Amino acid sequence: MLFNNPDVWEITLLSIKVSGIATLISLLIGFPFGTLLALNKFPGRAVLLTLINTGMALPPVVVGLAVAMTLWRSGPLGSLHLIYTPSAIIIAQVIISAPVVTGLTTASMQALDPRLRLQLQGLGASRSQMVFTIWREARLSLFAALMAGFGSVISEVGASMMVGGNIRHQTRVLTTAIVLETNKGEFISAIALGILLLLITFMINFALTWIQQRGVKR
Amino acid sequence: MSMRIELRNIFVHRAGLPVLEITNLILKEGRVHALVGPNGAGKSTLLMLLTGLIAPEQGEILINGQPVKDLRDLKYRRRVGLVMQDPLLLNMSVYENIAIGLHFRHVPGREIGRQVEDWVTRLGILHLLARKASTLSGGEAQRVALARVFVLQPELLLLDEPFGALDRKTRIGLLNELKILLPTTSATTIFSTHDEREVDVLADNRIELASGKISATNDV
Repeated sequence: MLFNNPDVWEITLLSIKVSGIATLISLLIGFPFGTLLALNKFPGRAVLLTLINTGMALPPVVVGLAVAMTLWRSGPLGSLHLIYTPSAIIIAQVIISAPVVTGLTTASMQALDPRLRLQLQGLGASRSQMVFTIWREARLSLFAALMAGFGSVISEVGASMMVGGNIRHQTRVLTTAIVLETNKGEFISAIALGILLLLITFMINFALTWIQQRGVKR
Repeated sequence: MSMRIELRNIFVHRAGLPVLEITNLILKEGRVHALVGPNGAGKSTLLMLLTGLIAPEQGEILINGQPVKDLRDLKYRRRVGLVMQDPLLLNMSVYENIAIGLHFRHVPGREIGRQVEDWVTRLGILHLLARKASTLSGGEAQRVALARVFVLQPELLLLDEPFGALDRKTRIGLLNELKILLPTTSATTIFSTHDEREVDVLADNRIELASGKISATNDV
């Protein structure tokens, strides 16, 4: 019955799309920034690392509040008319996910033997060749960062609710739909949507884990 | 091709303390130079400097008679090959490990295959090509590390205690192989060691370092 409902497919696809885009943007920010933090020493690095690590534990509802205040019509970016749109949810989810990806990328780069960089440079690697080679070397940990980043946003509800508004056919995603159904007392629907969310999360993580574990030594 | 290197009034400091002070050192082209001295004498610092991984605070470096502004320049670094005490192989196949420096230089795939096969044959590790690097023994891994650098045909070959982590039997075997292989390359070679037997077997020239300064140089 659940799968015959077009609304369910719509919110499922929107959930995957919004969280997928947010995760992708987080990777584009987190991989280079995390690598920069791991491989370079500069003034203020310790403070930045502390901020990133704090960011890994940001409460989604607080992020939602901050983004909502920024995007409200009276807010500093109100003229962009992004509040209660999927774009607003993506912005909030990037703020939640990017520190997770950045922090885990930094940790995985720092876990590699520091002499490896010298060896690669000693083999004639340019800066970009060196970075891509150590990313390849740390690919297991970087995939874990990707999965943690995706996991932090596909399951959050506070930010999506505050900046998306849970508007039917526009910004309703699986987590906000579960809250709505629960508030209406429609527990069977809420449980079914919850199972669907778990199933999607499992399938995406199963695919990523399969890619991650290919080529791992036995 | 090989390189003649001249170092004049080189100073390298770390945490405010001098770690290398070389008034004058000439490394003649095509010769094998042994760097000896106790731990902390500055051997690795000198090798890192010549690899282009660190820059001196002061001094002048001449390559084949021409002053060089910065050894960290990629063009210079690609004329040099470094082998460290620990092979530091990447988590990939032996072939991919040996080919990586050639990939960095954008050498065509067919040429990479030819050069890799040539050097693994010379080093007796042809049978290891398809193996994962993580499955190799210490001696096999160090042979792969040597092949990875020889395949680049460097003008300057730098070996930082290349036999230091090997057992006695493997060390003697590899030492004898290098004695035969090194003259087949035209590279200027510098290797650091604590072992005078390695100096006797491989080196044409012995450079002794103590507290960052050259205390003696002599032909072997």
